Amino acid sequence: MSELRYLAPHTLDEAIAAFAAAGSAARILAGGTDLLVQMRSGAVKPGLIVDIKKIAEMTAIEQTADGGFRIGAAVPGAVLSEHPRFGRAWPGVLEAVNLIGSTQVQGRASAGGNLCNGSPAGDSVPALVAAGAMVTLQGPNGRREIKVEDIPAGPGRTNLLPGEILVSFTLPPRPKGASDAYLRMIPRTEMDIAVVGVGVNLTIKDGVCTAARVGLGAVAPTVLLVEAAAKALIGSKLDDAALKAAASACSAACRPIDDKRGTIVYRTKVAGVLLKRTVAIAAARAREN
Amino acid sequence: MNVISNNKWIGQRTIRPDGADKVTGRAAFAADTNMPGMIWGKVLRSPHPHARIKSIDTSKAEALPGVKAVVSARDIVDFPVDKSVMLGIQDMRWMCRNVMAREKALFPGHPIAAVAATTEAIAAHACELIEVDYEVLPWSIEIDDAIRPDAPILHDFLTFEGKPSNIAGKLEVKKGDIEQGFREAEVVIERSFSTRPVHQGYIEPHACLVSVGADNKTTIWSSSQGQFMVRAMTAYLTGIPQSDIRAIPAEIGGGFGGKTIVYLEPLATLLAKKSGRPVKMVMTREEVMRATGPTSGSKSTVKIGAKKDGTIVAAQGTFWLQAGALPGSPIRGAVGCSFSPYDIPHVLAVGFDVLSNRSKVAAYRAPGAPIGAYAVECVLDELAEALRMDPLELRLKNAAKQGTKAAFGPVFPRIGYIETLEAAKAHPHYTAPLGKWQGRGVASGFWFNAGGESSAQVNITEDGNVVVTTGHPDVGGSRAAIANICAELLGIDYKRVSVLIGDTATIGFSNLTGGSRVLFASAIVVTQSTDKIITTLRERAAKIWEIDPEAVKWENGAAHPASPNAGQFEPLTLAELAAKAPVMGGPIGAGVQLNTEGAEGGFGTHICDVEVDPELGIVRVIRYTAVQDVGRAIHPGYVEGQIQGGVAQGIGWALNEEYIYNKSGKVDNPGFLDYRMPVCSDLPMLDTVMVEVPNPKHPQGVKGVGEVPLVPVMAAVANAIHNALGKRFYSLPMSPPVVLEGMEDPEIRQAAE
Amino acid sequence: MTKLHVSTTINGEPVEFLCDPGDTMLDALRGPLGLTGSKEGCASGDCGACSITLDDRLVCSCLMLAVEAEGRDLQTIEGMASGDRLHPLQQKFLEMAALQCGICTSGMLVASDALLRKNPKPSEEEVRFWLAGNLCRCTGYDKIVRAVMETADEMREAAQ
Repeated sequence: MSELRYLAPHTLDEAIAAFAAAGSAARILAGGTDLLVQMRSGAVKPGLIVDIKKIAEMTAIEQTADGGFRIGAAVPGAVLSEHPRFGRAWPGVLEAVNLIGSTQVQGRASAGGNLCNGSPAGDSVPALVAAGAMVTLQGPNGRREIKVEDIPAGPGRTNLLPGEILVSFTLPPRPKGASDAYLRMIPRTEMDIAVVGVGVNLTIKDGVCTAARVGLGAVAPTVLLVEAAAKALIGSKLDDAALKAAASACSAACRPIDDKRGTIVYRTKVAGVLLKRTVAIAAARAREN
Repeated sequence: MNVISNNKWIGQRTIRPDGADKVTGRAAFAADTNMPGMIWGKVLRSPHPHARIKSIDTSKAEALPGVKAVVSARDIVDFPVDKSVMLGIQDMRWMCRNVMAREKALFPGHPIAAVAATTEAIAAHACELIEVDYEVLPWSIEIDDAIRPDAPILHDFLTFEGKPSNIAGKLEVKKGDIEQGFREAEVVIERSFSTRPVHQGYIEPHACLVSVGADNKTTIWSSSQGQFMVRAMTAYLTGIPQSDIRAIPAEIGGGFGGKTIVYLEPLATLLAKKSGRPVKMVMTREEVMRATGPTSGSKSTVKIGAKKDGTIVAAQGTFWLQAGALPGSPIRGAVGCSFSPYDIPHVLAVGFDVLSNRSKVAAYRAPGAPIGAYAVECVLDELAEALRMDPLELRLKNAAKQGTKAAFGPVFPRIGYIETLEAAKAHPHYTAPLGKWQGRGVASGFWFNAGGESSAQVNITEDGNVVVTTGHPDVGGSRAAIANICAELLGIDYKRVSVLIGDTATIGFSNLTGGSRVLFASAIVVTQSTDKIITTLRERAAKIWEIDPEAVKWENGAAHPASPNAGQFEPLTLAELAAKAPVMGGPIGAGVQLNTEGAEGGFGTHICDVEVDPELGIVRVIRYTAVQDVGRAIHPGYVEGQIQGGVAQGIGWALNEEYIYNKSGKVDNPGFLDYRMPVCSDLPMLDTVMVEVPNPKHPQGVKGVGEVPLVPVMAAVANAIHNALGKRFYSLPMSPPVVLEGMEDPEIRQAAE
Repeated sequence: MTKLHVSTTINGEPVEFLCDPGDTMLDALRGPLGLTGSKEGCASGDCGACSITLDDRLVCSCLMLAVEAEGRDLQTIEGMASGDRLHPLQQKFLEMAALQCGICTSGMLVASDALLRKNPKPSEEEVRFWLAGNLCRCTGYDKIVRAVMETADEMREAAQ
């Protein structure tokens, strides 16, 4: 029974100093909806908890000068959903973040926690990958920016360096005719972990898809950016042939496992089905913009 | 039907006596009580599915500061395997081995030892310090693996057909000559089915607080479906006489059968006795999922033969039910209930109780009956299809009625099964249009219901109000119904009646809350007690008026002269007579203890609509109507609630709930995240139709209602999916991967077009 | 283990308590604070029986550290009624038999109240999805959903 300490610093520098000093025994507390469950089950026995919610940058939602968004890593889903403009620019990212857990969990859980938990099934991650979001990391050696898709390293693991903290997400400005969507398959209507999750972000100009990104979750050790699916969509009018090709690309990209939540066969099939459905929603939204 | 319609309180949706406490957070459930000096108990559980316990060394745990007591199987009273000691339907040989592993650990989660310490954390840490030397043994989880000739045997002393076996028992129900019956049949359908174990899923984990004095006087606060069961089992397992144990029923946060046996109480009692401190124990959800309940997984084969006109002439069923690691699966429900809705001349139903390295099953809502009905009602759907008959018509043609001899023994008195079928047929739901990928299914179900021991004490307070005490824990609103009945009989406002559940020291023996028996039995003893009080009240009034008690009637809460001949007197109210009690013969109260009889079986017929997502394999129930013969709905709100709750559990069983095991023989989904019970957004409104065919053997016409509504559900959902897709699924749950795999069938799309 | 001192506001009352750094808010409520109306059904955020509000936002108290309550404003089921006057949701749950065993009821009521504060006129679908994190095994949810919607109607009428 080791001693557990709790810190809630007001600055990032203090947080990083304490977090780095405590080494692998330290855990960051944002919403806590994964951490507290892991602590309770005994899977994690931290020596230090660094609560980052008192650091202003971590809980801020800002519109950047170029029209993009910067979202603090600890912003809870419920707070993000109340932002007057974010959901219009990034409805897919918002619906993905808002699918993390119940209403109660939404009051606490953040995209930052969802990403750093390292689960291949985290709902917000495929949508953020599709969005082309960048993350700002800060550690003992300063700040850096990397792509969201470069964070996950495998189930429960990330590419964050020792002592590094995820600070914020940056989403690019939206051109005309751009929108996104996220769909996941779960057995129930709520409260399940995604069996497959698909995020699609696309731009439509004169009926033609001019840009697309596809994020695919829960079908491989990490969330995937499926470039082959995007390629199949770009340049098309999102006709059946293009959708079929993109769906096949998604199924082909799957490297899933059989587990209590789904089978290899099921996940592979469903990835393609969801791709088509997600594209349809994103495209309908894009045509409105 | 002789429905009593001029009642004032019976049939009213009154406010339940325990309601205000439950909506304000004041109600005391098992984990809500604390005591001065209280310490915490924790259980060390087996990590292995099957292992001989060679030794247990608790010395390091005992040496840990803060640890006050450690117990293991040697502290529990042993019931040798060669002699059965029954308590109700439970055999103490198995109970003593279930609460604490004795010779062997029989499933992952099986208790090995228990520790009490000053904090939960110290107790948990002490459990880690207990050294157990296990000889790990081969194990089996599934039925087919457990009954193979070379299967690892759980208990050498149990034999089947002369050889050590994991088949712990066989039960047969017979009527007529089954072979003759099938010779008469013109159409025969035979199918095999399987179901997975499902948990009762009560939201409140098992919990108790136990205090033992130096004189062994023991007080137990715990959440159970029977304080007398808690007392008796704890007495058996600890050696403390029942008279020294006071078991106080806490409010119970759901049971559904799963709290009809003890897990923690004997351990906490022994820890409290050893430590001299009150001990509290609360299971985690993971412990609940690994070591309590569930109900059996099963495989079954059902064969039904009929004439071309739809007359069923023969029905045969073989049901293999998992018992878990110790004998006692609910084969009686499967073999006894499955064919009971039908008047069939030749029936043979056989059940087998199969052991494997799973947690011991516990009762779950109509134990065994839903498993049997799932198979039978699906086969009937196929039979109706083969005969080109409407499935309700087929059931009507063969429906059991007054005078039908059920295969399990009794001849039915006036029953309401036909009424449920007619009501279902006439319901607008049955003929409502369906869309693409939508389908409709029907199914029926039967449960025995039960009576048995019940006690009540009814006392009139000095200010003329009423306190009723009964002995059955109230899980779903029985106190509200008892208040309605007592108020009705006394002719007073129901709010003047307080209804309490007594503890084992304050009320006479009352059997478990289970089997849909509580309101049936309580109503009888409360009615008889109240009748005695009314007699007393009439006598008192007669004395005051100086007339014959026979000339006094009780009406609207007061004594009146029975007729003008009796004399002219102002009525004497309950309050007036109570005020005069001290000088008119003393306190007014009456108690009755009875072995109640006359609980008649219950029947239900359900209609289910589903919609299938053909690309994802997801099935959603989009409309549901449950029709049930409820006898008499004393409090309709809680009768409907029982029906709706049973349906919801059945939908979970049908579509998503299952125990999933990993390759090392451990449950892989021991929590609410992956044990997928229906959430609010999964379900539509659940419509109920209460058919009231009063039970002629009950003063208010009551029949049990709690179990029946789970029985038909899985078949109704399965039949609806078949109607939507033209394809049948023969195993539960019909979860998305299973359904999507089934969608490969090329005929499906055609059928749905 | 060194206890931490926490000053917070619960149901409008200033409260101080001691906790271990790893204690959840639910541990603190049910332990030192003696507020046992919040229930522990799973301790993993899956059942909602421990629902409270934290600065008016619905959360599971089992998924929050007790020490995080410092300086915040919490509401639990114990604060829902005003003295002996039940909240309309509490009254409606009683009238419509929207509870059976009652173990989920505290969380259901706290969550339903949070919904009606945010959305005074929820559709059935909105009620069902908002309450998806509150498991009930007894009722099949039917009467709960009806009670919430009927209360919403009556509260809107009363407000007019």
